[in-house]
Amino acid sequence: MTTEHQQAGPAAAASARRFPILAREDYSDASFMLEIGDQPLARAARAGQFVIVMLTENGERIPLTLADFDPAQGTFRLVIQAVGKTTRQMQAQCHPGTTLYSVAGPMGEPSRIGHARKLICVGGGLGVAPIFPQARAHQRAGTRVFGVLGFRSAARVFWEDRFRAVCEELVLCTDDGSAGIQGLVTLGMDQVLARHPDCDAVIAIGPPVMMRACAEFTRPRGIATTVSLNPIMVDGTGMCGGCRVRVDERIQFACVDGPDFDGHKVDFDDLMNRQRRFRTQEAQALQKWSDSCRLHG
Amino acid sequence: MPVQDADTRRRNFAEVTLGFDLAAARREAERCLLCAAPDCVPACPVHIDIPAFIEQIGRKDIHAAYRALSESTLLPAICGRVCPQENQCEGACVVGRGLDPVAIGRLERFVGDQAIIEQWHEQPHIEPNGRKVAVVGSGPAGMACAADLAKAGCAVTIYEALHKPGGVLRYGIPEFRLPAHVLDGEYAHLQRLGVRIECNTLVGRLFSLQQLRAEMGFDAVFVGTGAGTPRFMNIPGESLNGVLSANELLTRCNLMQASDFPAHDTPLDLGRRVVVIGAGNTAMDALRLSLRLGAEEVHCLYRRGREECPARVEELQHAEEEGVEFHWLSAPTELLGDEQGAVAGLRCQRMELGESDASGRRRPMPLAGRDFEFAADMVVYAIGTDPNPILGQTSPLALDERGYIAADADLATSLQGVFAGGDIVTGSATVIQAMGAGRQAAASICRYLCLRDSAEIYRKQPPATGLFGLAEGERNFLRLREAMP
Ligand SMILES: Cc1cc2nc3c(=O)[nH]c(=O)nc-3n(C[C@H](O)[C@H](O)[C@H](O)COP(=O)(O)OP(=O)(O)OC[C@H]3O[C@@H](n4cnc5c(N)ncnc54)[C@H](O)[C@@H]3O)c2cc1C
Ligand SMILES: Cc1cc2nc3c(=O)[nH]c(=O)nc-3n(C[C@H](O)[C@H](O)[C@H](O)COP(=O)(O)OP(=O)(O)OC[C@H]3O[C@@H](n4cnc5c(N)ncnc54)[C@H](O)[C@@H]3O)c2cc1C
Ligand code: SF4
Ligand code: SF4
Ligand code: FES
Repeated sequence: MTTEHQQAGPAAAASARRFPILAREDYSDASFMLEIGDQPLARAARAGQFVIVMLTENGERIPLTLADFDPAQGTFRLVIQAVGKTTRQMQAQCHPGTTLYSVAGPMGEPSRIGHARKLICVGGGLGVAPIFPQARAHQRAGTRVFGVLGFRSAARVFWEDRFRAVCEELVLCTDDGSAGIQGLVTLGMDQVLARHPDCDAVIAIGPPVMMRACAEFTRPRGIATTVSLNPIMVDGTGMCGGCRVRVDERIQFACVDGPDFDGHKVDFDDLMNRQRRFRTQEAQALQKWSDSCRLHG
Repeated sequence: MPVQDADTRRRNFAEVTLGFDLAAARREAERCLLCAAPDCVPACPVHIDIPAFIEQIGRKDIHAAYRALSESTLLPAICGRVCPQENQCEGACVVGRGLDPVAIGRLERFVGDQAIIEQWHEQPHIEPNGRKVAVVGSGPAGMACAADLAKAGCAVTIYEALHKPGGVLRYGIPEFRLPAHVLDGEYAHLQRLGVRIECNTLVGRLFSLQQLRAEMGFDAVFVGTGAGTPRFMNIPGESLNGVLSANELLTRCNLMQASDFPAHDTPLDLGRRVVVIGAGNTAMDALRLSLRLGAEEVHCLYRRGREECPARVEELQHAEEEGVEFHWLSAPTELLGDEQGAVAGLRCQRMELGESDASGRRRPMPLAGRDFEFAADMVVYAIGTDPNPILGQTSPLALDERGYIAADADLATSLQGVFAGGDIVTGSATVIQAMGAGRQAAASICRYLCLRDSAEIYRKQPPATGLFGLAEGERNFLRLREAMP
């Protein structure tokens, strides 16, 4: 019954995309960059979008923002903070020459570009890399961009040169004053606004407490503020509702309606509560994984 | 049909209904009257020739029975398990007027399982016709459409957003109702037809529907993206931890295998006292899965009565036997939390049934002064789904007023060369209806591409000269002849 054509079936059915890691750079003991090759994804990516990554077949689906992409080279970059089981396992195992089990995306609505004349881009902690493509896209669209970046200390600073290339001014803020000014990003924003009171928009990406502080800082000043939310996700396609956030008293799904939302309307308490949902299980997974690393050297 | 004992199965993940063996299948087949004008056939959404396949079981020629089924269905092992037979084929069977109807679904499952075990696959000779078709979504609608187009000679690629194919069959319906190996068996069949499956591809984001046609060289596109977006009620307390959609619960367990945490990385915050809101198939799956995951008590709240329960009768009975507690005519008005931001209970209303509404079902109305509280540390929403917004957001595809894709009687959409079917057109329906829609769309796509079921037509023909006056839907005798050994 079978013919040659049919025997070619199963082989032809295998997917062509492989997601190889082409380069890696470590920015500190807790953060690192992976450059991954995939032509379709690099071509489709827009500022503000993210991907869902699985390291192994039994792994978790974790969302990571597209921190950079190069359609000509067919590559994109992720900057990852090693905070728990999956991200630490990636830190230990992802090296050039290895591949990721899966990368799906780009996901989320692309950021709105070109609506502001003078824009402050605020990035803190794991939000520094994700805000870079937005700063660049706005700068390319003719917006005057001012950068405010928050780090714990000078040792953690990365991509300063890349931000300087797209920002008219750049303020670094560190907790200990070892680089730039000592203080929170809101202090940096205050300094920028003192020199440029006509800034008409702010984008803030970072931990929820930081984004909330930025939104509260701009609310009385009446400056439109966009934040990029990072609730716990599963599919990233709008199918599970796990990523729901409250914005303007309504339920929104961050993976399809966001991740960008109006910072003045986001219920941050709700977001922070929901991010703690799996505390116990996360600690358990990390413990088990650390134990197995010790066992196997 | 033998089943696992209720006390044993409520704590394990093995399939609940055990299949027929040949002797039992033949005994059941003997009950069929092989009606000349059967009532069961028109009641099946894809019009399977039921007496024909049952007759072959009686003759012990299971392969012939499989061939008869394959005329109309791609997924007998699956539909035999999950069709709501009581409303479809079995509901119309004449034997059922006095006795139990012929167990058509279970016989169909028996044949489908034999086909997977024996690795039978009805594979015609395929003459490539040079046409490329993209299928978006790998649920039953997408699978059926892909199979028919592949048989017609098109080069078919399925794009699936998740990392594994199957749609609801993979992420929604649990292992104890539809074992993964059955699904894998049916997919292997699809791949043997030469269909390519590209996972991790979210169409609309990685590329648009228009790009598929304009830049990627596809002559036609079928959209079968399902009605996946879970509904919430917009009552206070819905964002408390421990409140989740049935889709999330089922996806974490079926697709991501959270039941095997931490060997699999995806976690689940299962409660001890689980309440599921809703009483459809999705709710039944969430209830019975929670029992198997080890919840101490599992409750179901439904605003209508048992009579109105939309789940398959078998699932409802199984859930009752396994110890799920049902609270009919009850609806939540608020979810209550504790200091940690986790759910602690529900405030509910008693309902009564009033006038019939547009759907013909009696509308539930709250009874004043009959509020009550109910403790729970996990609340699962299974109150239906809305259409996924992504393709609407990213293409000019016309949608209907509820947000589903608008399609005409041929399942053509407002975009030229783009067809759609399954839950994304009809709203949540059934596996067999989605499969039927996929097949109907495949036929429309063949007509659209001027592909006729004859060797002549398999060559690319410009539309104007494509018809040759042949009748629609005729058999391809050339193909059948070449496929003979
Ligand atoms: C849209 C979006 C973009 C993101 N971009 C980046 C990025 O560019 N770089 C980066 O380092 N991190 C990013 N994150 C956060 C990243 O997804 C989590 O740090 C990661 O999932 C943690 O997994 P883990 O197993 O290592 O840690 P865990 O121990 O499992 O969790 C650590 C913390 O991460 C959060 N988290 C856990 N699982 C998930 C999940 N499935 N989805 C979302 N959050 C989760 C939890 O709130 C928890 O507090 C982003 C999150 C979202 C939603
Ligand atoms: C829990 C549950 C139990 C059920 N039980 C039964 C039952 O017992 N009997 C019965 O007959 N029916 C049942 N149903 C209903 C039945 O499963 C559906 O009607 C049927 O699966 C619909 O098929 P579909 O092909 O239209 O869509 P789906 O099965 O939903 O598949 C759609 C696929 O498209 C993918 N997709 C979505 N958007 C995109 C995109 N933009 N790009 C790429 N891919 C995309 C999705 O990831 C998904 O894999 C149940 C449903 C649920 C949720
Ligand atoms: S496909 Fe479903 S409705 Fe049709 S005969 Fe089989 S079980 Fe019955
Ligand atoms: S109606 Fe019942 S008895 Fe008649 S052919 Fe169908 S299954 Fe057999
Ligand atoms: S991550 Fe599942 S709906 Fe957004």
